Amino acid sequence: MSVRVGKTDRAAAFPVAAKTALKNDQLRANVRRATDTIRGKRALRVEEMPDWQQLRDTASAIKAHTLRHLDEYLVEFEKNCELAGGKVHWARDADEANAIAIGLIRQYSEGNSHVEVIKVKTMTSDEVQMNVALEAAGITPIETDLADMIVQMGHDEPSHIVVPALHRNRFEVRDLFRETMHRPELTAEPEDLTGAARAYLRERFLKVKIGVSGANFAIAETGGVCVVESEGNGRMCLTMPDVLISLIGVEKVIPRFEDLEVFLQLLPRSATGERMNPYNSLWCGVHAGDGPKAFHVILLDNGRTKLLHDEMERETLECIRCGACLNACPVYRETGGHAYGSIYSGPIGAILSPQLQSLEHSRSLPYASTLCGACYEVCPVKINIPEILIHLRGRVVREDQATLGGKLAVENLAMQGAAAAFQSQRRYEAAQRLAQAGQMLFRKGDQLENLPGMAGGWTKYRDLKAIPKQSFRDWWKSRSKGASA
Amino acid sequence: MRISLFVACYNDTLFPETGVAVTRVLERLGHTVEFPLAQTCCGQMHYNTGYHREAVPLVRRFVEMFRDAEVVCVPSASCVAMMREHYLMMAEAENDSAFLADVKSLLPRVFEFSELLANRLQTEDVGATFAHSVTYHPSCHSLRMLHVGDAPVRLLRQVRGLTLLELPKKEQCCGFGGTFAVKNADVSVAMLAEKQGCVVETGAEVVTALDNSCLMQIYGGLHRAGSAVRTMHIAEILASEGAAL
Ligand code: SF4
Repeated sequence: MSVRVGKTDRAAAFPVAAKTALKNDQLRANVRRATDTIRGKRALRVEEMPDWQQLRDTASAIKAHTLRHLDEYLVEFEKNCELAGGKVHWARDADEANAIAIGLIRQYSEGNSHVEVIKVKTMTSDEVQMNVALEAAGITPIETDLADMIVQMGHDEPSHIVVPALHRNRFEVRDLFRETMHRPELTAEPEDLTGAARAYLRERFLKVKIGVSGANFAIAETGGVCVVESEGNGRMCLTMPDVLISLIGVEKVIPRFEDLEVFLQLLPRSATGERMNPYNSLWCGVHAGDGPKAFHVILLDNGRTKLLHDEMERETLECIRCGACLNACPVYRETGGHAYGSIYSGPIGAILSPQLQSLEHSRSLPYASTLCGACYEVCPVKINIPEILIHLRGRVVREDQATLGGKLAVENLAMQGAAAAFQSQRRYEAAQRLAQAGQMLFRKGDQLENLPGMAGGWTKYRDLKAIPKQSFRDWWKSRSKGASA
Repeated sequence: MRISLFVACYNDTLFPETGVAVTRVLERLGHTVEFPLAQTCCGQMHYNTGYHREAVPLVRRFVEMFRDAEVVCVPSASCVAMMREHYLMMAEAENDSAFLADVKSLLPRVFEFSELLANRLQTEDVGATFAHSVTYHPSCHSLRMLHVGDAPVRLLRQVRGLTLLELPKKEQCCGFGGTFAVKNADVSVAMLAEKQGCVVETGAEVVTALDNSCLMQIYGGLHRAGSAVRTMHIAEILASEGAAL
């Protein structure tokens, strides 16, 4: 089984990638402006909900329950989906998902040498890098979500899970459109840009016979699927083609139709600060004379079910991909999404990517957070992301300590030394004296400069006061001596 | 009241003036302060960095040391957050019923300094005079884990001569985050730059918080930039009797 999450296995460690991102002032300005705007809107829309905390609790309970009985609900979904005329396929990993999709596309386009498919709302397909696989098989994927289209045209990577082109401003988009669509007259006015995209996409919607979508929810009770979006391109992509293939992560299933009510309130408010999504599409099987003639669902595992065994890791699968945690995260705010080296960026990416694929490919991600808790505060399904980050850090450390190199690493030795010192008053006080004396080498007036090792990361950019000669405990001791004398 | 003080290892070593100030405030209010000399560290640095095994003996040591305290005062919100968020879970994993019982009984008696004053002791006027303009940075742990709310602000409002100035984007993290500040130094400093800008924008002479860790970060940026804004733990302001800065 080969689990991958976008290109994470080849990505640079977070601190390295972040350094590159930090140099890009345009990107940072775009990200800050966009996240500030969405955050403000979200806050307004959440404030007007008197039962917001209750909704969060309910959503979290539904998800937790579903994940505990995931096998049953998936089978129920399969049964009901097929009763309605759909066909369900199971994919263990990225390669299987892509192979199934390619097989279906070939089957329905027999004889055609040049095959195009339109795609919408499927981050999961980015996870399995479906576009790369399709192109290798001679199939041309066309992204129809405006932001995904911008990313695809710019040979770029998505930098946000809800707003994939959030790192681009409209002037950059204008330049991209002028070039790709051969329309040098385009201005950067939003109407002009959306008009151009509309004309460009209409042509494809009318012509292309196969659509590939993702899903926000798969409903076990009805075997139906739900996508929410704000452009209407999704609805076109779901209804116009003859064949619809929906790639769905197994964690997207919810038990009952009624449960949608909870999530359709939480998701748009959390994601874009809308009371409701402008387009909410629900479809179920096939119907003569209406919509696609064939409907296939690919249910994707790709590392998900292995998270079910651990209570804390399982919580990660409750995510409804609203992106609120990204917008709230002060780290994401500075770096944007590319630094995370995965299509899942920000706080959710920092916990999801290392768990889906093996930790070794993304071991720096659990440390890409100050544990400030802003993500947990906004998460509509109450995923305790800081707690899961700490849990994953524990795994990184234990995996390290199992190797000789890890045992001898500076950080491990320092941590072991500190832990030993903290276990005895005598050793602790000795270490304190040693620090007071040892700092003389780095002291400049009352500041410390050019500290060695990891601490150098501090003094390179920030000042640090020298360690005072008298510790608090020294003061306390001298005071009690004074009192008893 | 008999109040046991846990100053935390980094305050003990790097910010002794905070412990001194806490002692002064509590004694001025008529309480008896005790400082068990065998105390060291709450285990937060180890735990948050992923050294979970190594943190357990430190937790045990803390619990043993303060098991019999009437109340424990901790002038560090992040240490208290460590205790409230993780001690119980860690004790449960230890399969040691006596230890678990001790943790359960001790936790409700542990308070962050401003919580202790404003909520537990119901004292807002601690008799301080500090004739300077101050802005308050609510540290993430105090805000989102301890939910101290306006306790610190209520205390600062009672200080004679003090002008309290609102910090823009106050709820945004300063970028410290323990080992994050060195492991991800570049991002940490980028976050600091925004916080620093907000502090300067207030025009305050002093920026204060419940955590010296955040203040160390904010000081680091301000001082490097040659700013005259001072950083002071809230206890030092509350201990002040009007002396010049
Ligand atoms: S973790 Fe929570 S806040 Fe983040 S994307 Fe998922 S549901 Fe939204």
